[in-house]
Amino acid sequence: MNRDTSPFRPASTGASPTPKHASLTASTNLRYSLTRKSIYDRHLNRTKTSELSKSAFAFLFGEMVQHAQKKVYGVQDLEKKLNQHGYAVGQRFLELLLWREGRTAKRETRILGILQFISHSLYRAIFQKPADTLEKVRENEDEYMISDNDPLVNSYISVPKEMSQLNCAAFIAGIIEAVLDGHCFPAKVTAHTAPSDMWPGRTVFLIKFEPEVLEREGLRHGST
Amino acid sequence: MSSTSRARLGEEVWKTRTDKINAELVTLTYGSVVAQLCKDLDGDYAEVNKQLDKMGYNIGLRLIEDFLAKSNMQQKCANFRDTADVISKVGFKMFLNITPTIANWSSDSKQFSLMFDENPLADFVELPDDGKAQAELWYSNMLCGVIRGALEMVQMQVDAHFVNDVLRGHDTTEMRISLVRYIDDEMPADDE
Repeated sequence: MNRDTSPFRPASTGASPTPKHASLTASTNLRYSLTRKSIYDRHLNRTKTSELSKSAFAFLFGEMVQHAQKKVYGVQDLEKKLNQHGYAVGQRFLELLLWREGRTAKRETRILGILQFISHSLYRAIFQKPADTLEKVRENEDEYMISDNDPLVNSYISVPKEMSQLNCAAFIAGIIEAVLDGHCFPAKVTAHTAPSDMWPGRTVFLIKFEPEVLEREGLRHGST
Repeated sequence: MSSTSRARLGEEVWKTRTDKINAELVTLTYGSVVAQLCKDLDGDYAEVNKQLDKMGYNIGLRLIEDFLAKSNMQQKCANFRDTADVISKVGFKMFLNITPTIANWSSDSKQFSLMFDENPLADFVELPDDGKAQAELWYSNMLCGVIRGALEMVQMQVDAHFVNDVLRGHDTTEMRISLVRYIDDEMPADDE
């Protein structure tokens, strides 16, 4: 029996046209309630527009950061942990978004296309607003920047002085990284605080693509 | 305050005094927290339950302030039945936009159950098929800690734990809450 080793399997794997539960019971020992709809039977759009309080998220996020902080050796390490959390969220969000778009879902094949998808569609789906800017780093061919004037996850976070380098939006960087990876645009994404006069909490997500992404873009679409 | 006016209060706080965000972000983030704990603790689900409860407790200690500020509740609950009503209709409504049903009161009115028809934390969730998780993990255990922590700040020591969860294949998701005692003002709060 070939079991998925990841602790939480994405929900949509069960969207098969075979008779309900038949394929499931054959490969799993999980018990299902007979009177309740399983996650596979629930409508995918059920929670599309549902909302929860921002404080609920803030509390949860705060605890997450606290817990991540327990076993790390420094700010970088902590940001990496937050990035990993975001990555897990991003993977699932991407899947959810694409399943929802159904047949109209488009596969982005260009760097600019995928970046626009992130700064518009994805950002809007998660944060109800598009990202504030999308820019190319002039000096480096492989680097792009997405900025958020006031990242939601940071709204109730105050960073202690001795950790001034920390930006908890590393969590969002992780989400972006997962979505890029999911679209076969492997990249490293990091969050940097870049305050402006108007926006003290402005954060820039620096996206550095792996060389093969640029190589492919060059081959397919001529030099960029 | 009657039960209906509490329901109205909960509705009003949710509608007019709550900043809202996408529910799925919360759901998936919670999932990531639980998954990370399961990884960190190497599948020791009893310990995961404990950690979730602890994190919830930390949240509860701070959440009560937010609750009191937003709900603007001035008077103390007259009895534990009132408390239960407020938890369900105002507390849960305010933070998770759900109103779990109160059921199964013990004859001494010190124990009741919250029945969760909806549980936003557990959307999209299926427990790992490792033959263990469905018997040992209480996925939403953080909620127990939140209630324990929040009530402790208003001088009630309670015990809260899940007894049923649809994720385990049960027909309901049920949390049992029992009042241990009212904490006197002059006593220092129990430290974990």
